[in-house]
Amino acid sequence: MSTKGSLAAGPNAAGPNPAVALRVRNLRVGFGDASADDAVRGVSFEVSVGECLAIVGESGSGKSVTARSILGLAGAGARVSADELSLAEESVLGLSETAWRRRRGRDVGLVLQDALASLDPLRPIVREIGDSLRLHTRLDSAERTRRVLEVLDAAGLSQPELYAGRRSGELSGGQRQRALIAAALALDPPLLVADEPTTALDVTVQAQVLDLLEQAQARGTAIVLISHDLAVVSRIADRIAVMHDGRIVETGTTAEVLQNPRHAETRRMLAAIPVDRPRGSRLAPAMDTRQTPRAGVSDRESAPVRPAVPATSAASTPEADSAALEAIGLAKTFRGPHGTVHHAVDNVSFRVPRGSTLGIVGESGSGKTTTARLVLALTAADAGEVRLLGEPWSVLPERDRRAMRPLVGAVYQDVLASFDPRLSVRELLRHAVAGAAPESPRSGRSWSSRSWSGRGGAALRNAGAARVAELLDSVGLAGALLDRRPADLSGGQRQRVGIARALASRPQVLICDEPVSALDVSVQAQVLDLLDELQRELKLSLLFISHDLGVIQHVSDQVAVMHDGRVVETGTATEVFTAPTHPYTQALLAAVPRLP
Amino acid sequence: MAEPLTIAARRGVRPRLRGLVRRIAGAVFVLWAVATVTFFAVRLIPGDPAEAILGGPGSQTSPEALAAVRAEYGLDQPLLVQYLQQLGRLATGDLGRSYALNMDVGPLVLSQLGGTLVLAVLSLAVAWLIALVLATWSTGRGRLAAQIGSGLEIVAAALPHFWLATTLIVVFSIWAGVLPPISTVDARGLVLPVVTLAIPLAGFLGQVMRESLTTALESPFVLSARARGESDRGVLWRHALRHAALPAISLSGWAFGSLISGAVVVETIFARPGLGRTLLNAVTVRDVPVVVGVVMVVALAYILMTIVTDLASALADPRPTEHGNGALS
Repeated sequence: MSTKGSLAAGPNAAGPNPAVALRVRNLRVGFGDASADDAVRGVSFEVSVGECLAIVGESGSGKSVTARSILGLAGAGARVSADELSLAEESVLGLSETAWRRRRGRDVGLVLQDALASLDPLRPIVREIGDSLRLHTRLDSAERTRRVLEVLDAAGLSQPELYAGRRSGELSGGQRQRALIAAALALDPPLLVADEPTTALDVTVQAQVLDLLEQAQARGTAIVLISHDLAVVSRIADRIAVMHDGRIVETGTTAEVLQNPRHAETRRMLAAIPVDRPRGSRLAPAMDTRQTPRAGVSDRESAPVRPAVPATSAASTPEADSAALEAIGLAKTFRGPHGTVHHAVDNVSFRVPRGSTLGIVGESGSGKTTTARLVLALTAADAGEVRLLGEPWSVLPERDRRAMRPLVGAVYQDVLASFDPRLSVRELLRHAVAGAAPESPRSGRSWSSRSWSGRGGAALRNAGAARVAELLDSVGLAGALLDRRPADLSGGQRQRVGIARALASRPQVLICDEPVSALDVSVQAQVLDLLDELQRELKLSLLFISHDLGVIQHVSDQVAVMHDGRVVETGTATEVFTAPTHPYTQALLAAVPRLP
Repeated sequence: MAEPLTIAARRGVRPRLRGLVRRIAGAVFVLWAVATVTFFAVRLIPGDPAEAILGGPGSQTSPEALAAVRAEYGLDQPLLVQYLQQLGRLATGDLGRSYALNMDVGPLVLSQLGGTLVLAVLSLAVAWLIALVLATWSTGRGRLAAQIGSGLEIVAAALPHFWLATTLIVVFSIWAGVLPPISTVDARGLVLPVVTLAIPLAGFLGQVMRESLTTALESPFVLSARARGESDRGVLWRHALRHAALPAISLSGWAFGSLISGAVVVETIFARPGLGRTLLNAVTVRDVPVVVGVVMVVALAYILMTIVTDLASALADPRPTEHGNGALS
């Protein structure tokens, strides 16, 4: 908290341009009382003018806190200390809030993830971007608007006057990310801090945003790029710093770090990237997948045994006859405002052979999730049908379908939202088990009364408890987690609970809709390994939906590429990824950031 | 009047216009429902309306006088006919004639409406002011401030009007002697009634505002704004307050209704002329037309206020809404 060299205030642009845009020495940031572990513990790095330094790490590694400290925005209640923190060789350590305000936006800009939330949804982008100019220049309103249009144009938003008056919600993902970057670059600050600027964007948009950052860099802007994705940063970073547990564990040029990783954490992150890894090969070290010792072989034998569900008659016929899941000419249209019609899913057909995985890959808006809902028969198709294990499924009335529901499990991206937040893990799983109890095929909505009270309640509860323990064990979670609430679990643990819940009914088909998209790459690797193991053990058939081509390539036997509601290409994973025939697939693959 | 509007809607000119048509239709429906419910509800009050007209149930009246009154007010007709007659009168804006006061209900209610509206609108404004100050003060200032703010709001929201009114009178009129205990013509007489109505409402509004303010201040767009060099005050005025105001604006329509019902108590305690006191007196002497008239006017005011808050919401949040267009298709 020393206040040395507060030379600020003066017009620093007049002096000679120092070569170092940012220097950080021994930065420490802590929250709460002093006894708590610091989030950032002694981080040092330097960024030269026109250089891009990537800080890479998993969630909780302290990379975002580091990024925000560079702007003096570590947060209320943060304890920040450092031996040095200087922008363009001027110390900003211990600056007053007023002095910081003069620098933010002018000397250093910040780009955050998720432009939808990072631009005020109630204000048009022209005003959001114009704010930097209003705060730091004496331009009048008309001049500001003119400048904003220039900045938007430079950010690659053609016809900016068309978009300037819109709010972030009225722009596409790519447009609003450009607007957000334009806002940070409006005053051409010598340093740009970008915190996960491409996360959650489609690969093609991601490539455009990286291009934009690269252009800024070419103009001499120094960039600190924060990311969890080594492949993304490898495209534009000159140097990489790997953060783990609040420390920088490895620094080097991009080539050095990627080709010759010295630290175990770096190697682990590199190994966990699923791109180009053959199907069935593990992504994570074996011990990570199952955190508890297995109950033994017994459940390995008992698990595949199916309850006597009436609709499984097809299972007795030769397995090759019928696919586990088959979609024939599915179509679904939605009516938009002003009478527009949106073909969300348009004549989609595919087969998932028993015991195999079909990966559906596509960008946001391609109709993947609508397809999943149609397959789960949660949404009625306008045309076409879904057949399950060779039997009619989507055409059945829901009353008849309910008996077959246990055969299909679903795993979602946002599992937390799919859990009742008041229930503990034990209760969640017990409900799922009770809901799928074979003696009550028409379970639908009466499970709660049956499982907690009434006839045979105790017996059912005991049977349920054993099954809950078995489920938890099968997804590699410790029994100690049973009494936690989902909000208190880590992302990976939550997704494991989500998988356990999906398996409660002993399904034969599992529909996974972006199951790993919200997870760190190493956790993602563990979950993918787990799904792979479960598939082999329980002979599951998987429909795996993702926007991530690497993940799809890793998990799929067959791949279907979706674009604008249609399947544009199908084939084996090898065919589609090594010799794509459709131009869209080719463009998609070209946009994927790859490690050199 | 409905004709040109329907044509416009069929041509699909603008969804906003279609929304307006739907609004008006909804308002007419609500008024009809209110009229129907009150009409039948007052029949459930025990006693003969004709007796009420002739001076209340205790008075000595001859059967001839009662019959004459019944014929004059149409009370000898079948119930359905009376109901339809009443609807017909209401449709033409005729609220009927008071049993007890021997004057038309329309002018009576209108003469009392102004006082109550001034009271309700001022209370709403003061409640907003208190809630805003409390919410902005107690947000972003650490846990203790938030707890104090939240505690004050809960206590305020829980205070009953009659208790608050008498306490205020004791403190400010009897002990301090600075404000009149009953309503006077000058503005000083308004202070205590307005404060009585505003404090509990400020508690409700403040809770909603503080929660949405907290959410807004923690959202990424506020961090973005700070990263552009925006000050705390700028963040508050340019970004966060607008988000915080949205749910409170929606709540204000309901709040207005509750203020008018609160006016019944407050106007009585402070001896202030207004709709609330008129309603209370009318109920006491079973003056059915006045009860119906007051209820109709309050319903109309409530509908208008809801429309005003919706317009204010649309102004504060110009994002297009889903239900704005889709519901009719």
